[in-house]
Amino acid sequence: MSQVYPMEVPEDRVPAATFEELAMPLFDQLYNFAHWLTQNREEAEDLVQETYAKALKGFSSFQPETNFRAWIYRILRNTFLTSRTGLKASMTVPLNTDGEETAILAPANTPEAILIERSNQQLVQGAIEQLPVHLREVLLLCEVEEMSYKEIAETLSIPMGTVMSRLSRARNALRESLRRKIKGE
Amino acid sequence: MPGDEWQPKLDTYLDGELPTEVMRELDAHVRSCPSCAAEVLNRLQLKRAVQASAAKRYLPTAEFRERIQKSITIRRRPAFRWGWLTAATVAALLIAGALTFYVGLQKLRREQVFSELADLHVTTLASPTPVDVVSSDRHTVKPWFQGKIPFTFNLPELKDSEFVLVGGRAAYLGQTPGAQLIYQVRKHQISVFIFQDRALSRDLSTDTPVMRKLSFNAKTWSQDGLRYFVVGDAAPEDIQSLSQLLKKAERS
Repeated sequence: MSQVYPMEVPEDRVPAATFEELAMPLFDQLYNFAHWLTQNREEAEDLVQETYAKALKGFSSFQPETNFRAWIYRILRNTFLTSRTGLKASMTVPLNTDGEETAILAPANTPEAILIERSNQQLVQGAIEQLPVHLREVLLLCEVEEMSYKEIAETLSIPMGTVMSRLSRARNALRESLRRKIKGE
Repeated sequence: MPGDEWQPKLDTYLDGELPTEVMRELDAHVRSCPSCAAEVLNRLQLKRAVQASAAKRYLPTAEFRERIQKSITIRRRPAFRWGWLTAATVAALLIAGALTFYVGLQKLRREQVFSELADLHVTTLASPTPVDVVSSDRHTVKPWFQGKIPFTFNLPELKDSEFVLVGGRAAYLGQTPGAQLIYQVRKHQISVFIFQDRALSRDLSTDTPVMRKLSFNAKTWSQDGLRYFVVGDAAPEDIQSLSQLLKKAERS
């Protein structure tokens, strides 16, 4: 973990709502999201630290009437994409898969009911971890952060149609992965 | 709308992202279509399972939280430091300005007094009766002041000098009574004014070397509670010599 140095900002550049007041309530969620992306504690800490440093530095340019959560998540996500792990993960993103597509229908005898019965969180966690990063991030922003499609689009800098298609593919991939796990494949 | 056509919209429906009118329609459909109702339930269960598994899956350590908290605590260093520096500079300038003003004012008042004494000197010499007691004998001139001024003084013996005592008269400076003595050196007349030091303004409390004012040379000093002014058109050396004689006489 690299050394943390206190950041200094001229007083006249500090907006009325301080960065600390807006950013610290999101700390746990940002860390959780960072860990899901990096799959590594130290890398997650580095990512969060760099995100806060960048966000504080650029806070004077943040428009108060805009969405702070989407703004700081976008910083974290862009920072991740330029990290070693992020670059490696982005290379696995398949091309030409972000177009509109018809959702694959879930077959009968679904794994969801079995999951609920077994309350097996580890299975779900393992399935999420196996998702490609570009599907994992959109699923987490929707289900965990409960962001609207518009917020997700803003955070990931992608069109809303792409958000919807990625979400659909993420859910189908997750379902398929769970089915295989339950069957012991 | 048949159930199959609704299926692709179920996720969007559960995410609450369909337009209000479509949401209402789908609500009604799900109540009447067992297949879609089961599918909605399945997708809802998966949604809940993801939320339960992924939310708060990873928690930051307290140490890491503290580190970040410290790192974003804004230090108001530059403004604070510059603020104090500015304040100190302004304070220093104000003090310097006040001192300059005070010194300047004191100098101005001293010069005003010298101008007034130079006027008195000129007026005296221009008068047909410049002195009220005419005598070159100091033992005649000094007693003449008894009862006229509230103090006494000593006058120098001039036997071995170039100076001659012409006489004396009462003088007033700022409503303070004092003695004016006229001396002569060669063709030059010199006035010596003597006042009680405490009766004069504090602006005159600084002794000066011989200084030139309105073409007159002047010198002032304080001795034994008396303030002396020597004013005349004689050379600075003469003013200085007479001053020395007066100082010596006062000490004796």
